[in-house]
Amino acid sequence: MMAGLVLDGLLALLVLAVAAWTIGVCQTFAATVGFTVYGLLLAVVWMRLAAPDAALTEAAIGALTGVLLLRAAIQLAPSEAGLNRLRPALKLRLLAGTLAFAITATLAAVVFHLPEPAPTLVPQVTAQQASTGLGNAVTAVLLAFRAIDTLLEAVVLIFALVAVWSLAPDAAWGGIPGAQIKGGSGDVRAYLSRLLPPVGIVIAFYIFWVGADFPGGKFQAGTLLAAMGLLATMAGLIQPPPVASRGLRWALVLGTLVFLALGLAGMPLAGAFLAYPEGWAKPLILLIEAASMLSIGVTLGLLVIGYPAGQAEQ
Amino acid sequence: MTTSGGPLLVAALLLPLAAMLAAFVLGRAQAPRVVACALPVGLLLALAILADLLCSGEALVYLLGAWQPPLGIALRADGLSAAMLLTTTVVLGVVAWFAWGDFAQPANAPEARQPLMFWVLLPAVWLALNTVFLANDLFTLYVALELLTFAAVPLVCLEGRPETLRAALRYLLFALLGSVLYLLGAVLLYGVYGTLDIAQLSTRVHPGVATWAAAVLMTVGLLAKTALFPLHLWLPPAHAGAPAAASAMLSALVVKGSFFLVIRLWLDVLPGEMMLEAGQWLAGLGAAAILVGNLVALRQRRLKLLIAYSTVAQIGYLFLMFPLAAGLVGMGLSDAPAVTGGLLQAVSHATAKAAMFMAAGLIYSTLGHDRIEDLQGVAQQLPMTVLAFALGGVALVGLPPSGGFMAKWLLLSAALTTGQWWWAAVMVIGGLMTASYVFSVVVRTIVAVDPEKMPKMAVPRYREASVLALAIFSFLLGCVALLPFEVVQVGRLGSVLP
Amino acid sequence: MTSITLFGLCAAVLIGLGVYGLIVNPQPLRKILAFNLIGSGVFLFFGMIARRGAASGLGGDPVPQALVITGIVVAFSATALAVALLLRLDAAGGPSGLDDAVDGES
Repeated sequence: MMAGLVLDGLLALLVLAVAAWTIGVCQTFAATVGFTVYGLLLAVVWMRLAAPDAALTEAAIGALTGVLLLRAAIQLAPSEAGLNRLRPALKLRLLAGTLAFAITATLAAVVFHLPEPAPTLVPQVTAQQASTGLGNAVTAVLLAFRAIDTLLEAVVLIFALVAVWSLAPDAAWGGIPGAQIKGGSGDVRAYLSRLLPPVGIVIAFYIFWVGADFPGGKFQAGTLLAAMGLLATMAGLIQPPPVASRGLRWALVLGTLVFLALGLAGMPLAGAFLAYPEGWAKPLILLIEAASMLSIGVTLGLLVIGYPAGQAEQ
Repeated sequence: MTTSGGPLLVAALLLPLAAMLAAFVLGRAQAPRVVACALPVGLLLALAILADLLCSGEALVYLLGAWQPPLGIALRADGLSAAMLLTTTVVLGVVAWFAWGDFAQPANAPEARQPLMFWVLLPAVWLALNTVFLANDLFTLYVALELLTFAAVPLVCLEGRPETLRAALRYLLFALLGSVLYLLGAVLLYGVYGTLDIAQLSTRVHPGVATWAAAVLMTVGLLAKTALFPLHLWLPPAHAGAPAAASAMLSALVVKGSFFLVIRLWLDVLPGEMMLEAGQWLAGLGAAAILVGNLVALRQRRLKLLIAYSTVAQIGYLFLMFPLAAGLVGMGLSDAPAVTGGLLQAVSHATAKAAMFMAAGLIYSTLGHDRIEDLQGVAQQLPMTVLAFALGGVALVGLPPSGGFMAKWLLLSAALTTGQWWWAAVMVIGGLMTASYVFSVVVRTIVAVDPEKMPKMAVPRYREASVLALAIFSFLLGCVALLPFEVVQVGRLGSVLP
Repeated sequence: MTSITLFGLCAAVLIGLGVYGLIVNPQPLRKILAFNLIGSGVFLFFGMIARRGAASGLGGDPVPQALVITGIVVAFSATALAVALLLRLDAAGGPSGLDDAVDGES
């Protein structure tokens, strides 16, 4: 018990130290590298909090965020040079410090004021989980009890990609996304070398997790798909389809459409939108997950790749 | 329990979602057609929800997946939701009408970016707002807020000019910080009460360290997104830089989404004694917004920026309802006048401001500029547009019979009933300031000039007509007070005294 | 003091650090990074509350755990949009700071 507490304390300190470093370090690039490390440490924290699904998501999405930020840091380095030298005024730092301290102190006070025993929905979840036939309680929450959140989340991803694409210069519309990645093959190799380790860890986590529990994990699997696609794209092995492609757009919305269609089918068959007929919950959820995995993977990958910036193909 | 009208709520979410997906996948010339088909259906849906609400006298509820909260999520429409659903559909309908020719796909050419994005983002804003108005779960509302942000930010920089990109980035950072603070507050409430369902929270929440922390975090986050003074700096460049049809959506509707959640939080989730304490603070910021926003608006030289700063001021009025509602309840009276006044202000501003931004857009496209000092002769060229601008201005000032008049009348009388005369004073001063800048713009436009000197850019009549229709709607909105029922009181949660 | 409380306090400090970075760092990319720190702190708060709710064989309340997964994906989309906007602004030749525009346009 005591050893666990000491280890957790060291872990928390390490997380905080890396976080503080990413805020304080002068070079933006160094800060983004620090952030990638931070994402992995957080995944460990999630394991310690007995939340393997969250750990896996954190590790996977953290890796994608790392790629996104690292690439941006490299690209923005020349224009940010001036801002890097700029030191914020002491008054601003004092103000921000006071505000940050007030927030932290309040939240810390709240931590000690939370009610005992803690409220929990575990009894309700375990009582209803059997009717879904799902082994993983988190999956039951995501795809049955709170299915609307998950449906809307898939829509959030589509919205975000539409928003990113909307940034394309007019002349580039319809073209291949992500032509704005500058630099020669040397840079590509540099990306790869930074990308590979986290991806490897994701795969390891994934295999571990599939072995431990089943089913679920469309986000994790989708992220894996996205990461693989990104690797292949950056190495020049594949090219994403142009944004004008109808096939691509269908692929992006496929998961949402399947989710919507099965949700609507629930109205006559199971008495409510997003309800599953008796005994059919598990196969239907697997179907939704399979379709969503594809759409989510493509969307996440394209979110990292960015808007089309080159000349549109004639 | 799901009520008989409940499926209407599901339809109100699925319709804009389907329209958005279809517009995105089909693209090209199909996108505007999809939206044009969906909006009238949406109007019928909003009216059906309102009718069901008035007939049954209670809120519409739908349990998604037939799961009971706190495990499941409920959709719920009370009078406030129904009024906002209807307003949103009407404003979006007119915006689509106005934008029809502006955002047409070029014939016989590859798909163009701006029209496609506009016709995808319009139903996206619609879906996000309907989710905000109908979801009854604090986390689903967080997702809805993010949907709204992702739909609104690209509207700001649709034209891709560097200054609009910068405005969009600043807006995005404010909005993201706002939603993350909101989310933190929601987590704290879950940690204390074990539910995220608003109806359940309304019976469980009591003041305490964690509740106050959650209330402050959520409110600050929502205020950043609503652009209440002093968190308003992102708004003027973002709203003034967007294309006119986009500005209309942003200023009229998008800021109302987060404001709606402020109402939900303080009227439904948190207990009355907390509002009694916090109401003065909220209204204090609102009063500062009215004075500062109007003062800065008076100094503007560009029409669109003037309208944007006037939004900053008008948002301020929305927050006066909180101490007034708390004061009325404290006196053992119904808070209906304050709540109705606040909601009517939101609806009135939505319609008036959309009309004014679109009018400014027509003026801009005719003259090629929107410098206020050079607006002479516009009334000759665009009489309907200037009339629409003036009617919208009348609603902002609060002259009868506009919705703005009814709203300010209700708020003023609530202020006097509860002995909070200082808020009444702010409203009167703010009205005078608004009148002076609306007047100065209208007077410039009616100065006659030699027709030979006017630019010959023609504006299609239907566009002028669309703006005028919305302005007239806003102008006559005060007449809803003549209707025999109080919509906003139907299905209210919590303790509504007689 | 338990490990759960410890991680709760860790979350509180992370949020404070993020708010500080968001205000103080002038580079927009660093602000985006700071936003991600705040987000992860908020999610960790979720994690603490989930862990507190552990009961009858489950290591934590699955509802907040599920919300974290949704939240992480939403935060990622936000980051992707912010980074894309920033890169577009850079490509359009605008200065990458955020503050100059306030003076220029008001």
